[in-house]
Amino acid sequence: MTLATEPVINLQQVARTYTGPPAVKALANVNLTVSRGEYVSVVGPSGSGKSTFLNVLGLLDRPTSGRYLLDGIDGAELSERDRTALRGRRIGFVFQAFHLLSHRTAVENVMLPQLYTGMPRKKRRRQALDMLERVGMAHRAEGQAGQLSGGERQRVAIARALVNGPSLLLCDEPTGNLDSETAATVLQLIDELHSQGLSVLVVTHDSGVARRAQRTVMIKDGKLEVQLHAVPAFPEEGP
Amino acid sequence: MPFARLVEPTRLKVVDVVAEALAAVLARPGRAALTALGTLLGVASFVAVLGLTSTASGQISAEFTKLEATQVTVEDVAANPQPNDIAFPDNAEQRVKRINGVNAAGVYWTGRGADHTVSARPGVARSDATQGIQVYAASPGFFKAIHAHLATGRTYDAFAENTQQRVCVLGVAAARELGISDVEQQPAVFVDGKPFTVLGIFDDAERIPESLLGVFIPDRSYTAAWGSPKPGTVAAHMVIDTRLGAADVVGDQVQVALRPDEPTRFQVNVPLSPKELTRQVNNQLQGLFLLLALICLAVGAVGIANTTLVAVLERVGEIGLRRSLGARPRHIAAHFLAESAALGLLGAMAGTSLGVVTVVAVAWVKSWTPLLDPVIVLPAPLVGGVMGLLAGVYPAWRASRIEPTEALRR
Repeated sequence: MTLATEPVINLQQVARTYTGPPAVKALANVNLTVSRGEYVSVVGPSGSGKSTFLNVLGLLDRPTSGRYLLDGIDGAELSERDRTALRGRRIGFVFQAFHLLSHRTAVENVMLPQLYTGMPRKKRRRQALDMLERVGMAHRAEGQAGQLSGGERQRVAIARALVNGPSLLLCDEPTGNLDSETAATVLQLIDELHSQGLSVLVVTHDSGVARRAQRTVMIKDGKLEVQLHAVPAFPEEGP
Repeated sequence: MPFARLVEPTRLKVVDVVAEALAAVLARPGRAALTALGTLLGVASFVAVLGLTSTASGQISAEFTKLEATQVTVEDVAANPQPNDIAFPDNAEQRVKRINGVNAAGVYWTGRGADHTVSARPGVARSDATQGIQVYAASPGFFKAIHAHLATGRTYDAFAENTQQRVCVLGVAAARELGISDVEQQPAVFVDGKPFTVLGIFDDAERIPESLLGVFIPDRSYTAAWGSPKPGTVAAHMVIDTRLGAADVVGDQVQVALRPDEPTRFQVNVPLSPKELTRQVNNQLQGLFLLLALICLAVGAVGIANTTLVAVLERVGEIGLRRSLGARPRHIAAHFLAESAALGLLGAMAGTSLGVVTVVAVAWVKSWTPLLDPVIVLPAPLVGGVMGLLAGVYPAWRASRIEPTEALRR
């Protein structure tokens, strides 16, 4: 199987138990496949194991059992060094809290992931500016991240997630800190990126956000209970 | 397919570590300045203390090389002096001058205390005689040995001494008292009514400054007129001007050269060697101040460690983000180490400048020549950098242990 036909995410009987006492089974026997170019949302109430699921998907945490293949690569078999490399090169993270360096400019924030990929310094800036252009933030490239609005910050954060050319855009409550109007424009941006062929997985508790995905997965008590094929977003919610 | 081709390990270039550290420091210049303040003060006091002590001791040794380091004095310390026994042999000056390293030497003694009457006119009663003028007997080399500077005329020579001529040389203060300013007319000074022709007047003497109040008569002329000084009441001295650095060696030989039969009769005073003196000054001042500077430097390092540790806790989110972007724990550690080292280095660079400015300013005020050893000044910023690096070890280790999952939850 080549990389193009390999599913981006392939979870096989993945479980994650936090050793006690008392032992907590945060994930139990989860199976999920996300194909390349797919847009999947994961919903669930707080305490459902959503965060654990996100950490496992983001290679930030190791499953206690089962197999997790990212781009066909088994993260469990990798050394910590290679897991870090896989995470850095194949996953683009978008956080609820943006996690921008507020004292640095937008373009410097977008250049940050390239620090660890060994890309020549000259190329970094050009690529970062291209990526800011792509998310519609080229005009604020030299603005201090701390002085941007919430929506602008999340756009810069998305540009940062994309700059290494990841296989997967992993979004954790991407609109959690935004008002509904700004949220809509950010979600619109994610829709556009998906339509350009990017694989997207959004973890949220907001059903309005979840509905924009092609498919929604419900997680409850550490189990993937229902796999909903969501209807496209309601027309009146669109931008 | 080997895995390495699929996912290349992440890396972090040294130049990027430096750039990130500088960016982080410059992002908050105010905080960086306060953090580096301790190191700044420590290094500044370090450089200032070493610079000032070397500058000060440089001045001291310059003074001493000029005058004190080239002076040897010899005193008669005979336990049971015999009557009419003058400690110094007649040719004492010639004997001492033969010692290698001696520029000039002169024997002198004060003539019978204040018993002499001195006046510019003959037949003056004792009560009318000029007060405060001291009569000395001195061998011809005396004037050169005390670095006397002649205002007019000349001094007497060995011929005048050997032929017991009645001549004299006046110190400028004595000459003024006696009303003598010109020696062309060959004025005479009457000591106890005996006339002595004034050959010259000297207006300055670097050694034995009281000689400016004196009337100097060749020693043999004096003994011919009044007899040898009574041992025990009037002690004869010898003053020797040596070449630079020769004082110790001359001091060792002078007793034997003067009186091979009774060398222990003399006490020889040699100056502290400038080397020893410099060391003394350095030890006294430097020891204390270097300790203070070290304490200051340590406090500065603790300050950096503290601030960096606080920064680690404050930037947990950033650490998690960097981990999620592919930074390995060692990369995180490198970031924080570089940051604390940069703080130490910048603080130490400012401190070195401040220290140098202090030394130069003090030297300027005191009209000294500032002496700064490049061996101290040039590595000083590096010392600060190393201190910063050491201060960053624990915070960096803490930072590298932060789990990205914990960090990103915030």
